[in-house]
Formats: sequence, C-alpha cells, structure tokens
Amino acid sequence: MADWPILSTVTFLPLLGAALILALRGDDADSRRNARWIALWTTLITFAVSLYLLAGFDPTSAKYQFVEKHPWIGEAISYHMGVDGISLPFVILTTFLMPLCILASWTAIETRVKEYMIAFLVLETLMIGVFCALDLIIFYLFFEGVLIPMFIIIGVWGGKRRIYASFKFFLYTLLGSVLMLLAIMYMYGQAGTTDIPTLAAFKFSPEAQFWLWLAFFASFAVKMPMWPVHTWLPDAHVEAPTAGSVILAGILLKMGGYGFLRFSLPMFPLASADFAPLVFALSVIAIIYTSIVAFAQEDIKKLIAYSSVAHMGFVTMGIFAANMQGVQGGVFQMLSHGVVSGALFLAVGVIYDRMHTRDIEAYGGLADRMPLYAAVFMVFTMANVGLPGTSGFVGEFLTLLGAYRANTWVALFATLGIILSAVYALYLYRSVIFGKLEKANLQSIADLTPREIAVMAPLVILTIALGFYPAPVLDFMAPSVQQLIANYDAALAAAGKSVYAAR
Amino acid sequence: MPADITADIAALATGFALTPEIFLALAAMALLLGGVFAEKTSAPAVTALSIAALIAAGALVTLAEPGVRTAFGGAVIDDAFARMMKLLTLAASAFSLLLSVDYLKRENIFKFEFPVLVLLSTVGMMLMISANDLITLYMGFELQSLALYVIAAFHRDNVRSSEAGLKYFVLGALSSGMLLYGCSLVYGAAGSTSFPAIAAAASGDPLPIGLVFGLVFVVAGMAFKVSAVPFHMWTPDVYEGAPAPVTAFFSAAPKVAAMALFTRVVIDAFPNAADEWRQIVIAVAVGSMALGAFAAIGQRNIKRLMAYSSIGNVGFALIGLAVGTAEGVRGLIVYMAIYLAMTLGAFACVIAMRRDGRALESTEDLAGLSRSQPATAFIMAMLMVSLAGIPPLAGFFAKLYVFQAAIDAKMFWLAVFGVVMSVVAAYYYLRIAAIMYFYEPAPNLDPMARSIRFVFVLAGAFVLLFVAAPAPLIDSADYAARSLFPAP
Repeated sequence: MADWPILSTVTFLPLLGAALILALRGDDADSRRNARWIALWTTLITFAVSLYLLAGFDPTSAKYQFVEKHPWIGEAISYHMGVDGISLPFVILTTFLMPLCILASWTAIETRVKEYMIAFLVLETLMIGVFCALDLIIFYLFFEGVLIPMFIIIGVWGGKRRIYASFKFFLYTLLGSVLMLLAIMYMYGQAGTTDIPTLAAFKFSPEAQFWLWLAFFASFAVKMPMWPVHTWLPDAHVEAPTAGSVILAGILLKMGGYGFLRFSLPMFPLASADFAPLVFALSVIAIIYTSIVAFAQEDIKKLIAYSSVAHMGFVTMGIFAANMQGVQGGVFQMLSHGVVSGALFLAVGVIYDRMHTRDIEAYGGLADRMPLYAAVFMVFTMANVGLPGTSGFVGEFLTLLGAYRANTWVALFATLGIILSAVYALYLYRSVIFGKLEKANLQSIADLTPREIAVMAPLVILTIALGFYPAPVLDFMAPSVQQLIANYDAALAAAGKSVYAAR
Repeated sequence: MPADITADIAALATGFALTPEIFLALAAMALLLGGVFAEKTSAPAVTALSIAALIAAGALVTLAEPGVRTAFGGAVIDDAFARMMKLLTLAASAFSLLLSVDYLKRENIFKFEFPVLVLLSTVGMMLMISANDLITLYMGFELQSLALYVIAAFHRDNVRSSEAGLKYFVLGALSSGMLLYGCSLVYGAAGSTSFPAIAAAASGDPLPIGLVFGLVFVVAGMAFKVSAVPFHMWTPDVYEGAPAPVTAFFSAAPKVAAMALFTRVVIDAFPNAADEWRQIVIAVAVGSMALGAFAAIGQRNIKRLMAYSSIGNVGFALIGLAVGTAEGVRGLIVYMAIYLAMTLGAFACVIAMRRDGRALESTEDLAGLSRSQPATAFIMAMLMVSLAGIPPLAGFFAKLYVFQAAIDAKMFWLAVFGVVMSVVAAYYYLRIAAIMYFYEPAPNLDPMARSIRFVFVLAGAFVLLFVAAPAPLIDSADYAARSLFPAP
C-alpha cells in the first residue's frame, strides 16, 4: 500500500466516474437516474479516499507527503504531485463539497443530466489536481483546464444572460492567467526546472521578482477576485446554476489564495514585501467598497457574490501580512468561506428551485412556512457576518490580528468591514425570512425536503464545529505555515530588509 | 550479383537525398497515365493508390539513414529537419485526400485528376523543404503552386471556385515574381545561388545592399505563401471559394512546407543577417497575430473564419522563427505539427456540414449540435478550445513552446503581445463551441461520412490525449531543429 499512488487516485477517480456516465446509453428517465447515482457514488468514494489521505498524513511535518514523481517531458518537467498542510485541507474541501453539489442538482437539473454530471466530475479532477500539483506546468494545466467545464456549466445550465457571463468568466480569467504562463516560462529559463519545491528554494534576482510577482498577481488577483478585477464574479455567480455557484465560491476562488501562498510568498519574497502595501490597499478597498455595493443589490446571489469579494479581501490581507496569524487566518478564512458561501448559495438554490426567482423583493416572511430553512439560513448568515462561535469569526479575527501586527491602519479599516457585512447580511435575512408572509405565491412554499436536509446538515455542523474548536485545523497546517514564514523572513533578512517596520 | 543489386537498391532507397520525391513523382505520373486510360471509373482507385503512395513516401522518409546528405551538387539537402517536415506534409496530404473523397462525390466532381494534382503539389512541397539552392527553391515553389491553382478552381462550374482559382493564380504569380526578383538580387550580390555560398557572402557588416534588398523580396514572397500579414489578402477569399476539402488541404500541407522553406532560407542562407530578417519576421508575426485575432471575430462564414484563424496561427508559429534559435525552430515544428491536427480536424467538421445534401458554411448552422450529434459537437468543441490554446489540450503545448523560446531569447514584448492576442482569438473559437452548446438547435445536420469521421475522431483523440505523452513529438522536433544548427 505504501507505494500506491494515492494522490493520483484521488485526482483521477472522478474521471473514471465520468467515463462510466459517458458509457450510458439513451436519454430516458432511467439513464438520467443512473447518471445521478454514478456521480454521487463517485464523489462519495473520492471523498472517502481523501479522508484516508487525511488519516495517513503526518501533521507534524512541513514536508510534502504522498509524493509521486515521474518524468514527463524530459527531466525538467515532471509529473510531480504531493500535498502539505496547506494544500491538503483544500483537497478535502473540494471532495467534501462535490457530493453536496451533486445532491443539490438532483432535481434542479432536468436537461442534459449526463453532460452535467460529466462536467462536474471533470471539474473535480481538475480542482484536486490544482492543489496536488508540485510542478508549475502541471499546475497550470489543471488551473486553466478548470475553465473549460466551468464555461460549459455556466453556458448550458445557467440563467438568462448565461452566454455573456460564461464568456466574461472565461476571457477575464484567461487574460490574467496567460501572463502567469509567461512568468512560468521565464522561471523555467532561469532555474532550468518547473519543479515547485526546487523553485521555492531558487533565488530570483530582485528585479526578476518584481515582474514575476506582477505576472502571478495578474492571474491570482483575477481568480481571487480582488478589487478592481472582480467584476466577472457577480455575473458568473448570478448566471451559474446553484451547484456551479457553490463550486465557484467554494473552490475556484480559493485557487487564487492558494496560488499566493504556494508561489508569490515563497518564490518572490522580496517582491511580496514590496508589494504588500498595494495588496493591503486593494484588500481594504475590497472589504469596504464591495460590502457597500452588496448592500445595494436586489438579487440574492449578487449580494452573496459581492460579499465573497469582501471576504476574499480579508484573505489577501492576512496572507500578505506574512505572519503566523495572518497566513493561518487567511487559510482558515478560505476554508470557512468555502463552506459558508457554498452553503449560502445552496440555501438560495433551495428557494430558487421553488419560486424560480432570486429577487429579494419577491420573498418575505418565509419563517412562517419554512422554520427549518429559516434556522439553517440563520446559521450561515451569522457565519457570513463573522459571529463568534461560527467558523467565519475565527478566520476574520486571525487575519485582522495578523494585519494589526503588520499595519495598524489596515486592520482598523478592515474591521469596518465586519460591521458592514452585518449590515447587508442582516438586511438580506430580514427581507427574505422575516416580515409578513404577504405574497400569494409564497403561501404554499414547502420547507426543506429530506434530501435538502442531508445537504445542509453537514455544512451546519461544520460551520459551528469549526467556530467552536478550530484548533485541529490550525494545528494541522501550522508546521507548513511556520516553514513558509520562516523561509520568507530568512529571505528578507538575507536581502537586508527589515521584516516589518511596525513589528 | 543479385546480392549486390539488392544492396544497391537498399542504398538508393535509404542513402540518396531525393528518393522519396522521385518515388512520389513517378507514382503521380503512373497514376496519371492509369487514370487517363480508365477515365471515368478510375477516381476511387487513383485516390486510394495516391494515399498509398503518400504512405510509401512517408516510409521512405522514415527509413532514410540519419545524417545529412546533399545531392545534385548541393542543390538539395536532406537532414533531420527536412525529414520531419516532409513527414508532416505527407501526413497532411494523405489526410486531406481522405477528407476529399466524400465531398467530391457529392458535388459530382470526383475526378482522378484531383489526387494526382495533390501528389504533384506534394512533390513540390518536398522539394521546397529540401531546397538548398535558390533554383531548387523556386522550382519546388512553382510545382507546388501550379497544382494548387488548379485544385482551387477544381469545382469549375462553380463561380466562386473559379474566382478563387483565378484570384489565387494572379496574386500567386505576383508573389512568385517578387520572390524571383529577390532571388536575382541575391544572386547578383552573392554570386551564387547555393545557400551555403549566400551565407558566406552575407556575413559582412554592413551587408551588401543588394543582399538586403534581395532578402526583403524573398521574405515577402514567402510571407505570401504562408499567408502572413500584410500578404494575406488572398486567404479569406480563396479559402471561402475553393471546395472545402481543398481549403483543408491549403490550410495544412502548403503551410507546413512554406514554413519549412521560410525557416531554411533565413537560417541556412542568412544566418549572419539575423538582425536584418528578424525585424521583418517580428513585424509579420505581430501583424498576423493581431489580424488573425481581430478580423475573425466578425466572421459568420466558417471557412472565412478558419482563414483568419490560419493567419493568426501562422503569426504564432512565426514567433518561433523570429527567435531564430534551435529552441525557436523546435517551437515552430511543434506548433505546425499540432496545428496540422487541429486544422484538419476542424475542417473535417466543416466539410461534413450538410443539411439534406446541401453544403453549409455558416457558423450558425452548427447551433445546438450538441443535442443532435453530441459526439461530433464535443470533438469540434475540443478542437476549437485547443486552437484557442487552453490546457490540457494539444494547442496549449503548441503555444507553450514558441512562447518559451521567445522568453528565453528575452523577447518579452513579443511574447506578451502574443498571449494577449491568443486571448482575443480565444473569443471566436469559444464562440463556435458556444453556438454548438448554448444555442437552440438548428435543424439536424446530415451524419458524417465514414472517411471524414475517421480523420475527425483521430484529430480529436490527438488533441485530447496529447497531454498524456507529449515527449515523443517534442523530442523529435528538438532533434530536427538541432540539425539546422551545427554544433559549434
């Protein structure tokens, strides 16, 4: 068992399921049902295997584990996979959210079910691959490959303006990424390899770091998304089907943050330190500005989309604070946001499936008819606000702590964001759930079905559990983060830069 | 002694620089004779035998002994680069012939002259690839072009096809004139038509003014053949007017051959004038990428769209040439090989686009294809996404290696411009995919003929599975590219 390529298994298992669905014949009710079950079982088995990964992982080590390495194109570019304490949680998050997405699409998707399930399974393979890849070219293959199934998912099963949204999503993120590709090639030319651990130890000249950092930033800032390159996100979110939004918010956005942690900080420490004020400024603008914008939205999904941008602002702020609290908080915030925003989109999907509208105006007083739904929605709303006791609080608090140590003013302004997030989140909650149930078509709306409860329950439990006891997750990533920070500080010290003026 | 004769034949087959060309020329002539005798009924047999001849020529190229050979007093050269490009050309010709059968039958123009003309133009292309002398260059060029002019107008009762042939001929003659003028200037300045002698003459600083002028005209002539901006004007009209399989052929084999010749001329004949030709090649590449990206956006005719796409792709491949290193040439070879598969695959779909037997050319006719023919739509979408250069499909690797070469040579702005243009171009490729997947279905298209489907599925498998084993193509391209650059 020791030599079994378990990471490749987790990565490519969903493709196997996709192949099975592809082999299904016909388009009758039976084949649709089979497609759904195959997809569900595939994602569940993938999740189970990824839990085995978790069990076999040594959390006291900062090394890459379950490493696989095979030559691919010559010696320089190899098929190199491995996970550490930073990437493994994202793998688990991906495999955890996927079965829920399949379940959430159980009845909502009626047309072209087979293609839908195949697209999601292919997407899962690519997303896991992004977090497992330890070679830049392999990483880029997965990172960009994600665009293809997502383009199809938004474009085929999306809302009214789906074609516009799918193109905007694709071209916007592609433009950011191709610049990163050029940077990857430059690094290959300099270091003679695209191996990520080797590159992390390679010392690029300060001038090269400046440009490389900018090129990587172009890609990750769009993916994240950071203000002002966030405008594709609300469109994509609004038009995507529910499960598509969950994956977008839950996983795809995290690739940006993961990229900052895996590439920008370790490989270009000097440029990261120089550009940190820029990132802080953009993060604070994102936190305050998009929170205000969120408040003005009339579409529930758009509101949540803007709130995602604001929450990602905390992540970038924490990461570039480049201290233990900031980075850990950034990772934790990403995980928490993956769960919470995914859950919020699922919650919107529940009422959208019933009423086929996302206008805040169209709802009101749902608490009367859907008490269970109101309670579930409450948990996620509070987690979105960052109420202590929910997972949202831990991430925001830690990133603020980290930012406070790096730059007090940044922390001060960012804290405003917490108040603003309470404003829009509570406004949304009040408009949809409370008030009088006046609208005639809402009179007969039904509460959560057992299937929906099965989808929501794990998310509720996780949100609260992580809020009360975040230590296991934080300890899990601590050695890797510690090593990251140590290398970063060492690189700055070697270049004669003070680590932080304020520290 | 029989044993000696066998040995002699074996030596001729594998040790002589021009064996595949001679074989193919003889085969073409024999098939022409046979076709004339059998007249009306011979087309299927001649086509099949032509494909067999192309495969046999490919085998001869593969079996040739490694190393560099020249023949006819150095007028032709056979090295690893030539062999690689010949293989690509032969493959492109064979697949184009396979694509043509069904179409020509349906249009009632299935005549035996078509495969023979394709064979003859292929002989011309192989001569171009092997040219080591201005005379050989021009000879190969004209043999290729004359056959191409005829097959552009092959649908002679069709006005647009005749127009395409005429237009191609007039503009082609102009470009041949420019090329010939350039050749004469080079000869006048260098005193020789052989590439090594020109290379020796073109090494002073400053270069003799006659050589510079000659170089410019020669490059212009070749830019016309690869349809690079600003010599691209004929491309959309000819692509649109010519019968679809002919267009497929145009976009594949002659492009590879002309690129190979372009490379050979600037690298072998003007190695020390790199600064002079590099600025022209960069300008041409930049113009082609930009025009290919922007002009295709408005196209609704899929053949015109593919014409602009080919202009853009030539621009990307020329980046490799502009770099002018072994790495750059490697990128160019990889690019052309992958482009070949993508363009032939895409044209397979275009050729098969028919409704109730009538050929279609509008992109909107593909609407909703993912419902009526999911497999076809999927492969076509993958080909389009691959043309856009999105990983993990083959098209990504094509772009990867040319940009890699540009970055290594510190030509950052060229690379940045290239990737930005590739994003612009991604829009219209994606639009085809979007039409097939997102739009409401148009009336059903006729099913694909089996011969076309064979090429189509093969191309689709290539772009999808290339990622699993990219090393063989890249290694052989590397080997081929290094043969142009003698080790110091």
